[in-house]
Amino acid sequence: MTLWWIGNAVLLLVIVPVVAILLRGVLNAAKATGQAVDALRPVAEAASKDLDAVELLNTTQEQVSQTVAVVADYGGSLDTILEDA
Amino acid sequence: MEPAAVVTLIAVVLVILALVVYLVAVILELRKITAGLDAVIESVGGIVSKSRPVNGVVESINKDLSAGTDLLEGLLDKKAGQDDAAGLVESVFPGAGASVLERQGRTGEVKNIDEVYTRGAVQLARLGRESPLGAGAMSGVALRDATYSSAAARSLYQNPSGPVADEPGGPRHRPRSPTIGTEAPAGGDSASDESSASNRYG
Repeated sequence: MTLWWIGNAVLLLVIVPVVAILLRGVLNAAKATGQAVDALRPVAEAASKDLDAVELLNTTQEQVSQTVAVVADYGGSLDTILEDA
Repeated sequence: MEPAAVVTLIAVVLVILALVVYLVAVILELRKITAGLDAVIESVGGIVSKSRPVNGVVESINKDLSAGTDLLEGLLDKKAGQDDAAGLVESVFPGAGASVLERQGRTGEVKNIDEVYTRGAVQLARLGRESPLGAGAMSGVALRDATYSSAAARSLYQNPSGPVADEPGGPRHRPRSPTIGTEAPAGGDSASDESSASNRYG
């Protein structure tokens, strides 16, 4: 009977608080993760919006091709009108 | 029932109650996290899909620009010589001359061109004098009269003699823009004049 009471005391004074503390830790970690995800959402949306201009790279590519072609034409003209070394 | 058993039961119930309360709270938080991650993944998917073509496009742009660079460097090599070419690039883009030498397969010090490239200045001056570059030597008399060389251009203005004042002694205005179109003054080189000029220079 004495051992039973000692077991009860351990259960109430040690095990219950330890279980409560551990579960509270898990809950706090979950809440912190939720806050981090909430903070991540606008960042991801903004990053996605920033990349809207990537489509313009196709235009840039065309412009570069045309510019290089024009430069090549000018190079041919310069080759004709300038003397070699 | 014995008091010890009652206390044990109470303790066990407390433990189970704590487990239930906290685990339910954790489950609710995890559901919120899942919903948040779903929203984030949507945006991340947008980032992935939008940035997918970047590599190909940028590589293509780099390829075109490299071709242009090679073209201009080749022209520079041909016209200025390898030593001067690296020096000219160095004079415009400090530090880039060594790269030119490297692409030429050479090592050593880049030639110091300084601020004025004499040979280039001479060629530009000859271009300004409408000299048939490449056809003749740099020395010799100019092929165009330097004094009256601008007469054709000045004839396009309303008052070819120069700036005029509205009233005697008043400020003189800059020459007006050239008159072009139906009211353009008669004269100037026609196509036949240009062809004759090119024949003269050719």
